Amino acid sequence: MEILVCARRVPDTSENEIELNPAGNDIERDDLVYSINEWDNYAVEEALQIVAKVGGNVTVVTVGGEDDEEILRREMAMGANHGVLISDDAFSGSDGRGIASILAAYVKTGKYDLILTGVQAEDGGAQVGGMLAAMLDYPFASLVNSIEVRSDRKLKISREIEGGNKEINEIDLPCVLSIQTGINEPRYVGMRGIRQVASVPIPTFGAADLGVAAAAVGKGAAKVKRVDYFVPVQGKGARILKGSQEEIIDELLELVKAKGGLN
Amino acid sequence: MVQHFQFAVQSTWLFSGESLSSIIALIGVACFVYIMARRLTPLFRGQPDFRFDRPLLRLQGVLKFWLAQWKHPRYRTAGIIHILIFTGFIILAPRAFYLLIAGMSEHSVMPGLSGTASHLYDIVREYAATIVFLCMVTAAIRRLVFKPARYAVPARYGKAHTADAIFLLGLIALLMVADGLFEASQAARHAQRGQAVEFLAVLSLPWVLKSALISAPLSTLWNFQFGAYVLHDLTFFFLLCYRPFGIQFHVETSLFSVFFAKLDRGTLKPVRWGVSDEHLDQVKSFGVKTFEDFTWKHMLDFYSCADCGRCSDNCPANAVGRPLSPRFITIKARDYAFQHYPVLGRHHNGTPLIGSIYSEHEIWSCTTCGACEEECPLLAEYIDKIVDLRRGMIDDGNVPQSLQKPLKALESRGNPYGKMEKKKADWIKAKEFQQTCSVKILDGNNGADTLYFVDSITSYDDRMQAIGRATARILDHVGENFGILGADEKDSGHEVRRFGEEMLFMALRDHNVQAIKASGVQRIVTADPHAYNALKHDYKDVPPVEHISQVIASQVKAGKIKFNPLEDGKNVYTYHDPCYLGRHNQIYDDPRDVLDAIPDLKRVEMKRSRDRSFCCGGGGLMLFYEPKEDQRMGVKRVQMAAEAGANVIVTACPFCMVNIEDAIKVAGMEGKMTAIDMAELVDQQLVREIPQSV
Repeated sequence: MEILVCARRVPDTSENEIELNPAGNDIERDDLVYSINEWDNYAVEEALQIVAKVGGNVTVVTVGGEDDEEILRREMAMGANHGVLISDDAFSGSDGRGIASILAAYVKTGKYDLILTGVQAEDGGAQVGGMLAAMLDYPFASLVNSIEVRSDRKLKISREIEGGNKEINEIDLPCVLSIQTGINEPRYVGMRGIRQVASVPIPTFGAADLGVAAAAVGKGAAKVKRVDYFVPVQGKGARILKGSQEEIIDELLELVKAKGGLN
Repeated sequence: MVQHFQFAVQSTWLFSGESLSSIIALIGVACFVYIMARRLTPLFRGQPDFRFDRPLLRLQGVLKFWLAQWKHPRYRTAGIIHILIFTGFIILAPRAFYLLIAGMSEHSVMPGLSGTASHLYDIVREYAATIVFLCMVTAAIRRLVFKPARYAVPARYGKAHTADAIFLLGLIALLMVADGLFEASQAARHAQRGQAVEFLAVLSLPWVLKSALISAPLSTLWNFQFGAYVLHDLTFFFLLCYRPFGIQFHVETSLFSVFFAKLDRGTLKPVRWGVSDEHLDQVKSFGVKTFEDFTWKHMLDFYSCADCGRCSDNCPANAVGRPLSPRFITIKARDYAFQHYPVLGRHHNGTPLIGSIYSEHEIWSCTTCGACEEECPLLAEYIDKIVDLRRGMIDDGNVPQSLQKPLKALESRGNPYGKMEKKKADWIKAKEFQQTCSVKILDGNNGADTLYFVDSITSYDDRMQAIGRATARILDHVGENFGILGADEKDSGHEVRRFGEEMLFMALRDHNVQAIKASGVQRIVTADPHAYNALKHDYKDVPPVEHISQVIASQVKAGKIKFNPLEDGKNVYTYHDPCYLGRHNQIYDDPRDVLDAIPDLKRVEMKRSRDRSFCCGGGGLMLFYEPKEDQRMGVKRVQMAAEAGANVIVTACPFCMVNIEDAIKVAGMEGKMTAIDMAELVDQQLVREIPQSV
């Protein structure tokens, strides 16, 4: 099975202290460390496990710049056969629809049976998977937390629904699935693995290679624009506890006890 | 003595005694050589291991640990029994060889002994054989009646080893009895025929048997003597060939295990002996994945294990019900070797060990505290094997999710918490601290003689920052010109390496070495034993490193540090030895000397202290690992302190502090037990002279 995983490099929320910039229209990007979007990592692991069972290849693709090669190499160290970077100045500032159309153009250049995305990106809005499927006119399932390959070009998948319940579906290939975390336990990628793929060439495709009209994507074509970031204002009855960790915990416990939450 | 064997020639049996014993010996030796060749096969397929350096030191080890049985008395009863058996064997070995040769040839003489010396030797070895026999009986009784807990085999590891042990004890006892019977029947025969009777040591096995046989008919005595000789011969060669099939193999292998034992404490074996860091990229596979990935010395360890159970008896992971028992790390590997390299039939190799004989959790459960290695009478290595198995799992990407995050954070941020580098020195900015003690950051603008290497936990953890500040105040107090690296200091990588992520460790190490060199310091001080061990043993080309307890101890001796008496009269203190200060670096006395220098400090020792210290739960990445266990190690440790009558645990390691403080809460002992770092206690009790105004 030929599997394409769409991945993205995001600021690592567990290793950064996210703060707004003084203008309030973006986060402070100095001193940030990035990693692959967590959901995408699960998608790559799932693809690798499927290929280990039924054979085939895993390609990881990202839309971005030179810096984003880092996550492609990480996923190749994990076991992905190919990494593809889609990069063009014309793409910068694309909204979700723009990214989906760029990816759709790339999908059409190859023969992929299965396309996986993460359910969402840590800094995104869970838009691309669904739009990509629509643009390709492929069936789509979101929040997938298990995949079983059937012999008749069908997949048996389960989706996470309310209350931790599962909904089991059958879906025809080719299709697009958005993968939920917890579907598997992604393998560890060590420094050694990354070093081993450090010199593997990563093909780069631009707008012209994919036949994407520059005017249809990028900042100019974006129909969703970010206008502002804001930190929620302290609401009525809300209190921010201050002090050392110990003091905060003690005070919190007292508060919970006082309200009858702990007996 | 030649005459003793005249009977062999006179024999009227089908075979002459001489040719019978020759045949037994020939078959016996041939079988033994063949079995040994088969047993050595995997060792030749194993990985290289450089164990031929420092021969004199190794010889010293043989004298101490093999000949003098140094570790044995740590378990009093079993140790004494073993020393007696071992000594007996050493005494009896020349006799056994003599008997074998003498049986084949009537003219061989015990070399080097004649007259009185020969008689003296006879008396000594008669008693030796008797003592060995009695030891076998005692050992059997212990096994069958008293059943020391450490010999038990938990159900998940298979059946009890009692039957094997009793069989072996029986064989040795039989050997002693056959030897005694031979002598006794001969002496009785000579006595009845009025010939010169050999002197038998009073109350020895042959003496007792002779007394029993003295009135037996001559023909019976003759048959007894001949039968005993054959029995001795058969038992001897059966034992020889049976030994390479179980724990008794250590009789042959222990000498080599001890000679080739690891000489350097606190160190780890390289990924591959003979491959430098620069060439590591060319190594196809890291660590131990299949049995053949073990080094030959580690395979030898498996052969040498005597199943005494001391390792697991001291293993904290085993004690709290984690799925790890060092004893079975070895036993399972040996069973694997015997099964996959059989004496008869083809060998088949290449099965992955993880998932077959070992489980992931088993291998991640080890805190590398070193209690097992400290205890092993045969100096078997465990940490290197565990780390090698982890290297293999890391290489295969088989790492628990709980460890992946901190490893990733170490890669991108240089600390397991994913905290920002620029906040590494925030602990020195605490207001009250800054007013009394200013710490230089050695970022090129400042120079210093001494580097205080803080490491991640003390830099970032709210609670441990207090240890950092106490350490800085002490260094300041003794007039040390010191500084810290601040944002440029990355995690020492000590646990990164011990969790098997060698390449990441190397990246952290290289960064730190460069930063340390650039700082131009002459020496390094740290309050974190893990950092201490890394800087001392894992790093190369860095200035000498000291733990803060060593600095304080020497300053106390020099009179530069004086203490105010303790005012908490009712408190009883106990010192908990951190593994990487104590066992791995042998720093036991400095911290105790420091505590004892504090007036009015009442200190007691826990039962498990010094080199038998009980790990608190492990440091570094071990704090992130979610073990399967019945109980926390720390809780057990806190209970040990309470048993010793202490209500204050002093330690000298930030990780011990995390584990012990947590354990006090988990054990519900808040208010009854507290923990304090040695640096904090020293800082608190320091006599600070009031600066004289000019």
